[in-house]
Amino acid sequence: MDLELMSSSIPKLLSATVVTLKLLSLSLFFGLFIGLLFAILRLNKNIIINKFAYGYSYVFRGTPLLVQIFIIYFGFGQIEYLRSTILWVILKEPYWCAIIAFALNTGAYTSEILRSAFQTIKPGFIEAAKSLGIKNKIIFYKIQIPIAIKQSLPAYGNEIILMLKGTSLASTVTLMDVTGVAKYIISTTFKPIEVFIVAGSIYLFITFIIHNLIKYLEKKFSYQ
Amino acid sequence: MELLAFGKTGWGDELFIATLMTIAVSITAMFIGFLFALIFTPLKLSKNKFLNLIANSYTTVIRGVPELLVIYLFFFGGSGAVMFVASIFGYNEYIEINAFITGSCAIGIISGAYSTEVFRGALQSIDKGQYEASKVLGIKKNIQFIKVIMPQMLRLAIPNLSNVWQITLKDTSLISVTGLVEIMRQSYIAAGSTRDPLFFYSFAAVLYLLLTFVSMKLINRLELKYSRGH
Repeated sequence: MDLELMSSSIPKLLSATVVTLKLLSLSLFFGLFIGLLFAILRLNKNIIINKFAYGYSYVFRGTPLLVQIFIIYFGFGQIEYLRSTILWVILKEPYWCAIIAFALNTGAYTSEILRSAFQTIKPGFIEAAKSLGIKNKIIFYKIQIPIAIKQSLPAYGNEIILMLKGTSLASTVTLMDVTGVAKYIISTTFKPIEVFIVAGSIYLFITFIIHNLIKYLEKKFSYQ
Repeated sequence: MELLAFGKTGWGDELFIATLMTIAVSITAMFIGFLFALIFTPLKLSKNKFLNLIANSYTTVIRGVPELLVIYLFFFGGSGAVMFVASIFGYNEYIEINAFITGSCAIGIISGAYSTEVFRGALQSIDKGQYEASKVLGIKKNIQFIKVIMPQMLRLAIPNLSNVWQITLKDTSLISVTGLVEIMRQSYIAAGSTRDPLFFYSFAAVLYLLLTFVSMKLINRLELKYSRGH
């Protein structure tokens, strides 16, 4: 056990934690919007829209995240047309490519979580609201969404933790997140166990915080 | 399309073999995971606090740490660990471990943590009456487990195990970082030499979709078989 290496790698890995947390929060932020959009599309009665949303979540949940990142980072750069548009400013950065891939991926999972949450809302709630003369829009924002949030919190908490682990793949497209820095230190010192302990503890600590945060929110949102 | 031709001109045969490699790694990893689950599920359910702690730290650590980090640990630390054990027995030559074994073990340990949780949940949701009733009937303990508890547990576990299988299958793509030529690695090589990453990575995505689709169909059949009468 090389304690010196462990203590010297802590500051390096902690500064990489900032990158990991940035990747995580940005992809969750965009992913939540994508997820909400596709969950609403899934509940649409139009079969084409419905199938499209299902296809989206099926493809993104059925393929590895690594493939998705590689298609966006290596693949999209190949399309000449994209290079000439303003999108290229974003797509040439590995940072944004990773965030796009993560957001699309977590969006697919989130849409499934939200869809099942919307579907478990008792029709009686909506009927009661309608008979009180509340407008459809307000029913959606004030009744359906708060209930859906409460229903989906435990599953969404798991998704956040899965996404945290997913951000480690950013290291495959040259980003220096916790895993990227850990790999760099391992490959220069050949001391995998020490670095694994430090990097692993950082991830476990973040998981622990997320877990407790979700627990707290669950308590706050429970009305029983 | 000629990019996918079989033989020397295209990448069809290479990708086909790579797909077989992905399947082989997934099955081996899933099997190793079952072995881990076989050890850790009883520890999780045991009344001994210390054994509980061991099993809980295994599942918490593995499920809380990125898969890639575990793979790097095995990739860089694997041969070192084996050489250390070998040196105890007086063998001091350099040992290199095959990428297939390293990869399957790394993914297997991850998949084992998920399987352990699945088996624990399934065992815990079996009614106590089942144990008592089979005891009253005078069924021996080991036969009780195999003939009474296990079939019921499998019915509950199979839907969740199919999720574990999907996770394991997708995790094998990460082994490509160790150089094992599975779908992802082969696509990387092909994309590099043809300068057509979009095509090859999209094709890899299609291959993975195909694998998940076919395995879902097979697992659904198994699920039907075990849920007869329910």
